[in-house]
Amino acid sequence: MSDASLNTVTSQTGEAGFGDYFALLKPRVMTLVVFTALVGLLAAPVGVHPVVGFAAILFIAVGGGASGALNMWWDADIDRVMKRTRSRPIPAGTISADEAFAFGIALAGFAVVMLALATNLVAAGLLAFTIFFYVVIYSMWLKRWTPQNIVIGGAAGAFPPMIGWAAATGSVSVESVLMFALIFMWTPPHFWALALFMRSDYENAGVPMLTVTHGRRVTRVHILIYTILLAALAVGTGFTAVGGPVYLAVAVVLNLMFLLGALRIWRRDEVAAEADAYAVEKRFFRLSLYYLFLHFGAIALEAALVPYGLGGW
Amino acid sequence: MSFRVEHDLHKRRFRRNLGLGLVLAAFVVLLFGLTMVKVTTDDFTMQPTSEARD
Repeated sequence: MSDASLNTVTSQTGEAGFGDYFALLKPRVMTLVVFTALVGLLAAPVGVHPVVGFAAILFIAVGGGASGALNMWWDADIDRVMKRTRSRPIPAGTISADEAFAFGIALAGFAVVMLALATNLVAAGLLAFTIFFYVVIYSMWLKRWTPQNIVIGGAAGAFPPMIGWAAATGSVSVESVLMFALIFMWTPPHFWALALFMRSDYENAGVPMLTVTHGRRVTRVHILIYTILLAALAVGTGFTAVGGPVYLAVAVVLNLMFLLGALRIWRRDEVAAEADAYAVEKRFFRLSLYYLFLHFGAIALEAALVPYGLGGW
Repeated sequence: MSFRVEHDLHKRRFRRNLGLGLVLAAFVVLLFGLTMVKVTTDDFTMQPTSEARD
């Protein structure tokens, strides 16, 4: 048997490596899930034992990864078309779609049960709902049906801090809903900025992103509207129990920068955008990553300062 | 040529099995830690046995 034929057998039998299965969990998305869930857990007024806290974050991450695997199983056809997703394990042929489905379902059940055992039923219920929302509501239903896909579907990515909070407190409260709302409102401008400079990818895959269905002008207007609403929410959160002087200062600076970026995007036309290869849109997208990281970092810092009599109001 | 030629497929399979083994070992350690925390916290109570109830 030659090496060439062995390689062919490898891809057909799905003889995947450990890294291929790990890639199914969408590690980059998982980092956001881990970070925001950790902040939710730390910001909660009830302390948890470090081992329980570690287990909670781990099972939330596994649950998030499971929904990523199920999303890749469902979206394998469009992942093959899009440049950005072509090298994922299923389109690359290293893991079969059936295997990804079994892997995702098993991990989802495992993560929910283990989170219930390690923490409480509220956190586990929220994790189960998040997986259901991401896979069924977003991936199977909204993504290919409406240009509002990421507006509503963004809720799935917004749940982790709420789950982290629930893992510590066993309940849902105004503060955890505000953290949810922060990610929920941040998601549309973040993804629409990406869609502005990746439009052909979504168009080829037949995904009805706002840029494809309503054009770039409308998308630019939408980015500005959502950014204004997000800024009001983000700064307003600074006056609640999870906020404080540090958070407020960070929020004011970041939201001014974000608003300025959204205004620049709104004022531009396609000729100007094409001329500099979407430099403004790409800068706004990069800023959006720092935006979320720094907001949640500030919430965590406020919580960390409380024992020293400094955090919060 | 040996029948047991070492191919990339075998290496990949070994790495996958090793990775899974390590994950399972880490899970056992985590479960042990969780159990210890749960049974040593103040609010942990054992269900009374039938003999004790009598």
